Amino acid sequence: MMLHKIKLNILILLVCLSTISMPARASLTIDITLWLDNATPIAIVPFGWQGIGKVPMSMTGVIANDLGRSGRFAPMKEGEMIEAPHEGRDVNFGTWRNLNMKYLVVGKIQLLRQSAYQVQFQLFDVEKGTQIAGHSFQAKGKQLRRLSHHISDLIYEAITGERGAFDTYLAYITVSRNRKGQNRYQLAISDSDGYNEQTLFESSMPIVRPVWSPDGKRLAYVSYATGRPQIYIQNVFTKNTQQLTNFKGSNLSPAWSPDGRRMAMSLSKDGNSELYIMDLKSRKLHRVTRSYGADLEPAWFPDGESLVFTSDRGGRAQLYRIDVDNRGAAGRAERITFDGVENLRPAVSPDGKRIAMVHNTGGQYRIAILDLESEELSLLTDGYLDESPGFAPNGSMLIYASQAKGRGVLAAVATDGRASHKMRFSSGDVREPAWSPYKQD
Amino acid sequence: MNKWNGFLLVGLLASFGVACTSTSENQTDGQTQQDAQTDNRTGAQDQAGIQSDPFTDPSNPLSTTTIYFDFDRTEVKAGDREVIMAHARYLADNADAKVVLEGHADERGTREYNITLGERRAKAVSQLMLLQGVSQSQIDIVSFGEERPVAFGHDESAWSANRRVEILYPGR
Repeated sequence: MMLHKIKLNILILLVCLSTISMPARASLTIDITLWLDNATPIAIVPFGWQGIGKVPMSMTGVIANDLGRSGRFAPMKEGEMIEAPHEGRDVNFGTWRNLNMKYLVVGKIQLLRQSAYQVQFQLFDVEKGTQIAGHSFQAKGKQLRRLSHHISDLIYEAITGERGAFDTYLAYITVSRNRKGQNRYQLAISDSDGYNEQTLFESSMPIVRPVWSPDGKRLAYVSYATGRPQIYIQNVFTKNTQQLTNFKGSNLSPAWSPDGRRMAMSLSKDGNSELYIMDLKSRKLHRVTRSYGADLEPAWFPDGESLVFTSDRGGRAQLYRIDVDNRGAAGRAERITFDGVENLRPAVSPDGKRIAMVHNTGGQYRIAILDLESEELSLLTDGYLDESPGFAPNGSMLIYASQAKGRGVLAAVATDGRASHKMRFSSGDVREPAWSPYKQD
Repeated sequence: MNKWNGFLLVGLLASFGVACTSTSENQTDGQTQQDAQTDNRTGAQDQAGIQSDPFTDPSNPLSTTTIYFDFDRTEVKAGDREVIMAHARYLADNADAKVVLEGHADERGTREYNITLGERRAKAVSQLMLLQGVSQSQIDIVSFGEERPVAFGHDESAWSANRRVEILYPGR
């Protein structure tokens, strides 16, 4: 098995430090830290506004930010745009070729009646001078931000052939201290760019490991509200909460099966931490592992027939794979990581072909990706304590928890290593991120 | 300073003080060996006859309530056995007394792995107590992993202070 590092030295040569600052309403602020020189240049011309008063929001600001964060695109600065077309017949392709743009986006927002808008956009291949996508929508004022993310997804997919993941949520835990020095933990969700944060649950006791249900409607998590770690499920929209476990010991690592009907988990009720699968309807438990080590942090493969998990049965923590069926284990656990001092906290890519993990060499904990076919392990990050990797639903980006200037931050990195960005909570620490599935409404 | 820091401070003082003061007690107070054994259970009596609390008496191993561990290890170190035995004897002699063993880990590694590490550390302490005749029903174990550090740095001095089991008596 080969271990190799994405060539960060090339990326360092091309580092372009850019802070795209958002107005104070966002609780997470984003710093894009680098992108490759061969990111595709795209001009997203501010949409024309037909209405009374000010334009309700800068949709193109959101779109440019989305496409830039993916690492695949280098959006043109608005100030450098010498023309401002709003529809195809106003476009002078020669202008954009001279500016070295590969793609051009133009559009309009039109006020129909109070707080109801018509939005249209067109995407052009500048070289060929042809339109490759164009859509028109009607939306209310408070839907415009989500519509911007949806347009980003459409542009991304039209150009790359891959589905975009901008119209998604992030879940995460924030920790801040009140004036008395007591910790306040918050389970929160936000848009994929950190906007529109909503608190789902607040506690003075620790919360860890939020995980999205496959239908994107619920979060499972571990909370110390009763004084010891138990697993809960909360509906993201109704906020309705149910306690799923009440076993003695530590109840950890909830993981929804791909069909949403079962929950894998790590329970120490029978001695040391072992894996179990609970049927969510009957609440019946099936035991999966029986080992002298601690078995935890299970993640499902997309076919729902095997798990990858962390185990220190061999001494230090490594990743193992085990087949499961409706009665629990369907075979022996097989070790799958052999490089590094420790490997923990696996996340399976949506296509089941790659596993992201926390990889320890020399005391430094970084995010690595194992390609299951080639058996190659690639290091993706460079922090000293990076953890909690999770794939975006299109598999093209990883969100994870990192440290910056003594504080916990979230970071995201393109899985091909092209770009990364960090998201800081406005005060205190942010940790334990989870990227939602595609929205189903 | 929260109450955990208070225990830590007392624990550190006790570990320095135990070796010196136990012999001087025998000399200055003129107590016999038998009296010294009684002292460990019920508290030392000074010459004015005032009972002192063994849990806050720095010369008494019961005043040490934090046990420390090496990185990624869950075994109790040999030097800590005396302290754990003292607590075990107290519990064995007081069947109504209950103890909470609270396990912790340093920040390295993942949060959930650290919860299992803290739990195994607490279990290691509890195994020694069970061998001394403490009843399982007297012991409660909970692990906070890396979530309740007492030191907030990112170096070995902070990490070593966080790798610990706290011996807590609810209601004391």
